[in-house]
Amino acid sequence: MSETKYIPKSKLAQWFDSRLPLLTLSHHLKEYPTPKNLNYWWTFGGILTFCLITQIVTGLVLAMHYVAHVDHAFESIEHIMRNVNYGWLIRYVHANGASMFFLAVYIHIFRSLFYGSYKSPREVIWIIGLLIYILMMATAFMGYVLPWGQMSFWGATVITNLFSAIPLVGESITTWLWGGYSVANPTLNRFYSLHYLLPFLIFGLVVLHIWALHVPGNNNPVGIDVKKNSNETMPFHPYMVMKDIFALLLFITIFLWFVFFAPNVLGHPDNYIEANPLVTPAHIVPEWYLLPFYAILRAIPSKLGGVIFMFAAIFILMLLPWLDTCKVRSANFRPIYKKFFWILVFVVILLGYLGAKPPEGIYLTLSRLATAYYFIHFLILLPFLGRYEKTDPLPNSISDPVLDKPGMLDKFKKAAAKYEGENVSSFK
Amino acid sequence: MLVHLNKFINRFFIIFLISTIPFSVFSEEKKINFVKTHWSFEGIFGTFDRSSLQRGYQVYKEVCAGCHSVQHLSYRNLAEKGGPEFSIEEAKAIAAQFEVEDGPNNDGEMFLRPGKLSDKFVKPYSNVQASTAANDGAYPPDMSVLAKARAGGANYIYSLLLGYEEAPADFELDDGVYYNKYMPGNKIKMSEPISDGIVEYSDGTDATKEQIAKDVTNFLVWASEPHLESQHRMGFKTIVYLIILIIFVYMSKQKVWSRFGSTEEDKEEAFDKVEKVVTKYEGEDPNTFR
Repeated sequence: MSETKYIPKSKLAQWFDSRLPLLTLSHHLKEYPTPKNLNYWWTFGGILTFCLITQIVTGLVLAMHYVAHVDHAFESIEHIMRNVNYGWLIRYVHANGASMFFLAVYIHIFRSLFYGSYKSPREVIWIIGLLIYILMMATAFMGYVLPWGQMSFWGATVITNLFSAIPLVGESITTWLWGGYSVANPTLNRFYSLHYLLPFLIFGLVVLHIWALHVPGNNNPVGIDVKKNSNETMPFHPYMVMKDIFALLLFITIFLWFVFFAPNVLGHPDNYIEANPLVTPAHIVPEWYLLPFYAILRAIPSKLGGVIFMFAAIFILMLLPWLDTCKVRSANFRPIYKKFFWILVFVVILLGYLGAKPPEGIYLTLSRLATAYYFIHFLILLPFLGRYEKTDPLPNSISDPVLDKPGMLDKFKKAAAKYEGENVSSFK
Repeated sequence: MLVHLNKFINRFFIIFLISTIPFSVFSEEKKINFVKTHWSFEGIFGTFDRSSLQRGYQVYKEVCAGCHSVQHLSYRNLAEKGGPEFSIEEAKAIAAQFEVEDGPNNDGEMFLRPGKLSDKFVKPYSNVQASTAANDGAYPPDMSVLAKARAGGANYIYSLLLGYEEAPADFELDDGVYYNKYMPGNKIKMSEPISDGIVEYSDGTDATKEQIAKDVTNFLVWASEPHLESQHRMGFKTIVYLIILIIFVYMSKQKVWSRFGSTEEDKEEAFDKVEKVVTKYEGEDPNTFR
């Protein structure tokens, strides 16, 4: 927050602002001090906002033409693709937009893991972010059901059936979710209703996410606090706005390349076959962004166990700020954590690959190993590292010149390590 | 800033490489080698071959339409841009060849009339059950989006049409089931649909098996993606526009950022200072290290 109180220039503006401080808000957003050393991994916040708005706008138009009924849903999608003006464009943007949204959110989350952005004082931002992520998965899952293709139907059947694993009330919960005794028209209708509602809840949480961010301000690649309103920060507008727009345009180019030249590669061909409750597809697979969790689900031999572990894999992230006890935020100053971070990236991608494979033989063995490692990383390695890892000395400030030149930082670390114990944290 | 961007792209690339490892290491399953042919609709500038689409429609009508529906196509689509582009008159004449059930009329009766441009392609059977019953228990799939509903798309359909073979000696086949190299499981209930000269092309094209397979596959790809040509055209324009825009935005961003902070000379000076300090005190008395 900018320290000086903002007073609008004109009398009218002052009158309005004292009644509803919208002008103060816009002044704050414009002047919001951001660390000058943010790299391009920090542009994904803006990219994600763009993704959400794109999904809402294209979704609104699709909803004008879509028919949520088991007899007409598949046909109405083809109607959109063929007869609605630019319907194919709107639908392909929406369908690929979901994938791009998840691509961006995974980068955003792993950025946070690398630079320790979830640590004090940013725990609340992190938890709200995870809530957004969970709602995103729910929304995407229900959206995938709407075209009423084979994968829609069977994906919905598999996922809703998970709830039947809950002891005693499981069966009743599943029936309640379905609105009947199988996935059918009532299920499609409620999924449509919820698919329309959830994005607006996400939008609300995004406002809270940004609000919570603006209290402590951005973390940065060095991971040490910046002095606000010093030469270490720059106003959000125009500096970050210009940089974010540049990164966003690069992102949009990749996004639209998929839309125009490979709109179906990220989907499953079976979803162009209309849903048929009597024919089960050879392999039921969810969309790529849910595959790591699907792999964890199937790695556990018992159904209930699989469900518990799958949800645990998501909810364990909520505890991350307290599992990772290391005070140093950025992995750049945590040599051992940095290695484990990359192993985690690899393991999650591996899980995603295994989720697309049948759960048998080598795939099952690997899924189990990778699942075990996933939990070990968070429950054992992180608390252990927090205690025993010897971190590199931190620079005094983000404007320390050692940070400006590649190679200089390593020299600094080496020299500092040599004179450990001495006050050599900065070469001023 | 360019350094940052470079680093960013490098990391991005590394992650990309990591993500391909599982796929390259474990993809020991045999890859299906489809019959290779060139498709004019592929690539950024891909367009359909009009005469091939027209011939493809003929093949569909004379060979496939007995069992397979294309229920999401309308007769007007045949005259639309980016498709076979029959003339309006030709498309009207095609539509008029079919009897369409309409009604109810003022007496409450359903009646049959010749097809119009606005009609959907008439289906060979009125429902899935009827077509399944008529085809010995195997439903001939609707072909509206068939090219998108099969892994391999056009290549799969083309290969399947040419993939009928004598079954290997140890391969058991029931009556009314045929052996096909490209069908998953190698068993297919559709008998070999095409053979040399099964249709006669009015444009003089030699109606070989390969030609027929190619024409009808072209037609099916168009049927599942009738706006493919405008999609490609718009895509190319959009990407070019974006690239130009990105260049300008990058330049303005650099301009804006140059207002902030130290100049390159200041930075160089700072680097030199640090370098000097580091080299000077390496190995010397740490107490003087300040």
